[in-house]
Amino acid sequence: MKIAVLMRAVPDPVEEFEIDGEDLDRDYLGFVLNEFDDHALEEALLLKEEIGGTVTAYAIGSADEVEQMLHTAIAKGADEAMMIGEDIDPLDAHSQAAAFAETIGPVAYDLVLSGVQASDELEGQVAMLAAASLGYPHMSVVVSVKPDGDGLKVTKEYWGGITADYRVSFPAVLGVQTAREAPRYVAVARIKQAQDSGTLASVDMPERGNEGRIHITAMRLPDTGEGAEMIEGDEEAAAEKVYEILSAAGVV
Amino acid sequence: MANILIYAEHLNGQVTDASFELIALARQLADSTGASVEAAIIGTGAGSLAYQLGGADTILVGESNELGEFNPQGHAAVFTDLITDRKPAITLVPYTSIGMDIASVAAATTDLPLVSYCLGVNADDGLSATCQLYGGKVEVDVQVDGDRAIFAMLSGCASADDGRSGGAGSEESIDVSVPELGIEFLYLTEPETGDIDIAAEEVLVAIGRGIESEDNIEEAQELADAIGAPLAASRPIIDQGWLPKDRQVGKSGLTVKPKIYLTLGISGAPEHLEGMRDSAIIIAINSDPQAPIFGVAHYGWVGDLFDFMPELTDRLEG
Ligand SMILES: Cc1cc2nc3c(=O)[nH]c(=O)nc-3n(C[C@H](O)[C@H](O)[C@H](O)COP(=O)(O)OP(=O)(O)OC[C@H]3O[C@@H](n4cnc5c(N)ncnc54)[C@H](O)[C@@H]3O)c2cc1C
Ligand SMILES: Nc1ncnc2c1ncn2[C@@H]1O[C@H](COP(=O)(O)O)[C@@H](O)[C@H]1O
Repeated sequence: MKIAVLMRAVPDPVEEFEIDGEDLDRDYLGFVLNEFDDHALEEALLLKEEIGGTVTAYAIGSADEVEQMLHTAIAKGADEAMMIGEDIDPLDAHSQAAAFAETIGPVAYDLVLSGVQASDELEGQVAMLAAASLGYPHMSVVVSVKPDGDGLKVTKEYWGGITADYRVSFPAVLGVQTAREAPRYVAVARIKQAQDSGTLASVDMPERGNEGRIHITAMRLPDTGEGAEMIEGDEEAAAEKVYEILSAAGVV
Repeated sequence: MANILIYAEHLNGQVTDASFELIALARQLADSTGASVEAAIIGTGAGSLAYQLGGADTILVGESNELGEFNPQGHAAVFTDLITDRKPAITLVPYTSIGMDIASVAAATTDLPLVSYCLGVNADDGLSATCQLYGGKVEVDVQVDGDRAIFAMLSGCASADDGRSGGAGSEESIDVSVPELGIEFLYLTEPETGDIDIAAEEVLVAIGRGIESEDNIEEAQELADAIGAPLAASRPIIDQGWLPKDRQVGKSGLTVKPKIYLTLGISGAPEHLEGMRDSAIIIAINSDPQAPIFGVAHYGWVGDLFDFMPELTDRLEG
């Protein structure tokens, strides 16, 4: 089975964000793999281990943001990693989707896995837009992908713990929320090895079609202090205050 | 102004709150623009649920056993045809497990702009919206080119009760024939119920990724025991297998409304907030002063949960 995995570098969510006009101040931001894409890669590697085939990781973005992430994918067991173009408006989902569709379409993958969503996407669903332009069926919020005869048995999650099982034939695009197993770790030495031994393949960004039609007119940090009364002082003061709240509510 | 079309989702014989929120939001927009509101409901059971959508002016009913409860490919095809036919100015879809599958196909097929993670929509001066990015850490205002778009709305965008009340929209049945599908709906599975029902508890101690490793769960459990409350958690804790699925709070887990919801190392992503926002008292412990959880909490302390936990346990036991 030929599997493609779409991986996106997003600003590290643990960092403090600063806003510069209508965008984040990107100069000091670290980029990390979008957490759900790590699950997509894991599911792809599990499938490959079960029934054989190849896994190719794809990313759009500038080399300094995506290289490390792609080397990590190779170190974990991906057969190939591809960079598509550089310098893309992170909010222009339609052009990104077109780029994926044009690059992965001709390879005729059986299965394309992406993360369920990316934290920095406004238009949403790059992978799903790509699926639509490829004419492949798609499903998101996927929590299990298993081989089943000449197709797949896929579990999608709803809410309140309800899930549904589907039979999916090839080709298909699936947006993975959680892999069947927690994403594997890989030793830094292995990543270094991948870095030293392999060059990443790259393809040019195809001509852009539709320019972005959504414009950010203002960006702000939400006023997080709005509701909360902030407790001042050290952990002892915090524990005392929380104790008082619990007592006052009559629960301790 | 042209009409507003909403996607009314349902599962297991129930129209969701998210759908009623969309009706309420559409009504507000219709009041300011003079548009009419159309609600589409598709799939097994659509016909018998349609009457609940009376808050819309027209209810478009696509009863179909072939598609099953929800077929990401089939339902999206039927809804996309509706957009093409009826040319709504505003299309509203819930940003849920169902809506996510609908919105993107609809946008790609009709070539309409799609705005996701929306908190609110405004149609007074062109189309604009307020949205969340980066797990709720950043809020943006956006303006859409042109006079038509699809908006994927976060839960809480309007009051579900307002959408439930009143109205007597007329029903109209729609075409549900779809081409051959690569996805076949098999069956729904209900969650296994464990020994504890977190939705019925007065106090919950909820842990998130800030707990760092499975070994640290014990310390959180000691604190929870001292209070006499069970542990609940955000999704990453459940995905790691550190706590059972029935302890998950949020969009794909359970909705809880305890008297006290104490969070330790939870950032407050919209998907988590959705499940606990209505708790009577929310207390948040987080080392990041920018964490969105402080936006919904009643009390907050910025600091290390590993310093806090033993202090409170001691205070309770001491
Ligand atoms: C379709 C879909 C459905 C989802 N459903 C759910 C759901 O039902 N429930 C849910 O919870 N999520 C759900 N999510 C995931 C959600 O988007 C977030 O990824 C998740 O809620 C983040 O969990 P977290 O807050 O524990 O982790 P993070 O966002 O990683 O936050 C960890 C927090 O801990 C703090 N921290 C770290 N160390 C310490 C320390 N020592 N002391 C104090 N604070 C510390 C950090 O500052 C940070 O704020 C869903 C996502 C999708 C796409
Ligand atoms: N620029 C990108 N490079 C690689 N993968 C991407 C990119 N944008 C989106 N994706 C994939 O599409 C998924 C869904 O993202 P989105 O639909 O943009 O929220 C992500 O989790 C990735 O797997």
